Amino acid sequence: MESQGTAAVRVCLPFHLRNLAQVGPEVTVEAARPVSVRSALDAVEARYPMLRGTIRDYDTGKRRAFLRFFACGEDFSLEPMETELPQAVAEGKEPLLVVGAIAGGAV
Amino acid sequence: MSGVRVLVGTHKGAFVCEADGKREKWTVSGPHFGGWEIYHMKGSPADPNRIYASQTSGWFGQVVQRSDDGGKTWFQPGVKAGEETPAWPPKPSNRFSYDTSEETGKPLTTHQWYDGTQHPWEFKRVWHFEPAPNNPDVVYAGVEDAALFKSTDGGESWHELPGLRGHGTGSQWTPGAGGMGLHTIMVDPRNPDRIYIAISAAGAFRTDDGGKTWKPINKGLRSNYMPDQDAEIGHCVHHMTMHPSRPDVLFMQKHWDVLRSDNAGEQWTEVSGNLPTDFGFCIDVHAHEPETLYVVPIKSDSLHYPIDGALKVFRSRSGGNEWEPLTKGLPQQNCYVNVLRDAMAVDTLEDCGVYFGTTGGQVYVSPNGGDTWQPIAENLPAVLSVEVQTL
Repeated sequence: MESQGTAAVRVCLPFHLRNLAQVGPEVTVEAARPVSVRSALDAVEARYPMLRGTIRDYDTGKRRAFLRFFACGEDFSLEPMETELPQAVAEGKEPLLVVGAIAGGAV
Repeated sequence: MSGVRVLVGTHKGAFVCEADGKREKWTVSGPHFGGWEIYHMKGSPADPNRIYASQTSGWFGQVVQRSDDGGKTWFQPGVKAGEETPAWPPKPSNRFSYDTSEETGKPLTTHQWYDGTQHPWEFKRVWHFEPAPNNPDVVYAGVEDAALFKSTDGGESWHELPGLRGHGTGSQWTPGAGGMGLHTIMVDPRNPDRIYIAISAAGAFRTDDGGKTWKPINKGLRSNYMPDQDAEIGHCVHHMTMHPSRPDVLFMQKHWDVLRSDNAGEQWTEVSGNLPTDFGFCIDVHAHEPETLYVVPIKSDSLHYPIDGALKVFRSRSGGNEWEPLTKGLPQQNCYVNVLRDAMAVDTLEDCGVYFGTTGGQVYVSPNGGDTWQPIAENLPAVLSVEVQTL
């Protein structure tokens, strides 16, 4: 339930993380305002603790190297994680996308 | 004892194969964790339904999986998927943090890098799980970058045994081409405080006090790729094994050379003997004959496939030096696969079964100590590990 301090944020997860959490392609979590990649992922990991360490390094909290964060056509991967995401994400109109890098052919 | 369960870790998931004591007809279930690298799975000697699996990915990192029903269902310890109200705080079952505290031995924070500089220790994955002999909730994890971790709560949390990295030579350890992994863990069945481990490319080490203090046990190893061929550390040990009835007798497949020690690793002696090549990765010992060994010779360190495209297991009934090829049922032409370090195992049925998996996705069993072989599965992803449970 959305409260004054939180926003219902939609987050799209890559295939393998959906399987780990046993969820569909998109989850909705209550992220702290102002909504950022950090607050959204904090909410994802709180709701789905089996994903802790799979998106961000367990100790440093840094983005894992082969994952990217997109929202509203923008790449937030290299921005500070506390950067506020577009209003459309906080309003639930657009999702935060967690995307695995393409690595064709190696394995 | 009525059957066997074979745990196969592959590049793209886990497979569980089961058969009765005849080991002729097999059921294969999987892939579990499809698409993930399963470096290793191993069952608890104290509870065969308890199995630990190392699920890893270059994208998503390390996940520890556990089964309490013999591999039918799996969950992350402490954070079962699908629970509506997960426990809080969540159990850190995927967290492997190197111990940097002053109180526990001042463990190192850097090791030698390829260019000779010091490089921070960085956790990458679990290479090997070794459940303790007598308690299913106690399990050791060998990880890359090399360190030994222990869980006493069934994998819900992990702590490093920092005396290994901090014992004195850690700053000189250097990764091999496959990474600096701690890949072999053997707990002395008579004395659980005595543990042997091996690291590529640092060598073999032993503790006699449950992991507080460690010593290198590499005397007798010679590695001609090093400036000092007899150095205390730096040897690329590929795998070690022992017979549980004689835990002071160790066998080793090194990068090159097959060796044995009759005094708990204090001194090693080469027993390659008449092997056509003594490069290889795996080694194991017969369940009922402590002097019967198995290796799979690989052509060279530059050519990771069998000689002449013929896959041969070699058996020694004399503890080494005298070896015979075992080929019945194995491909003897156009076979260019490898057998990795943790991809051979034996069962403990009366007629000892020997198992191995290949990078070509075949898993073979010999139900008669190596005399004849038959495939359990032939088209799996590249096999990283094979373990057997005798049920």
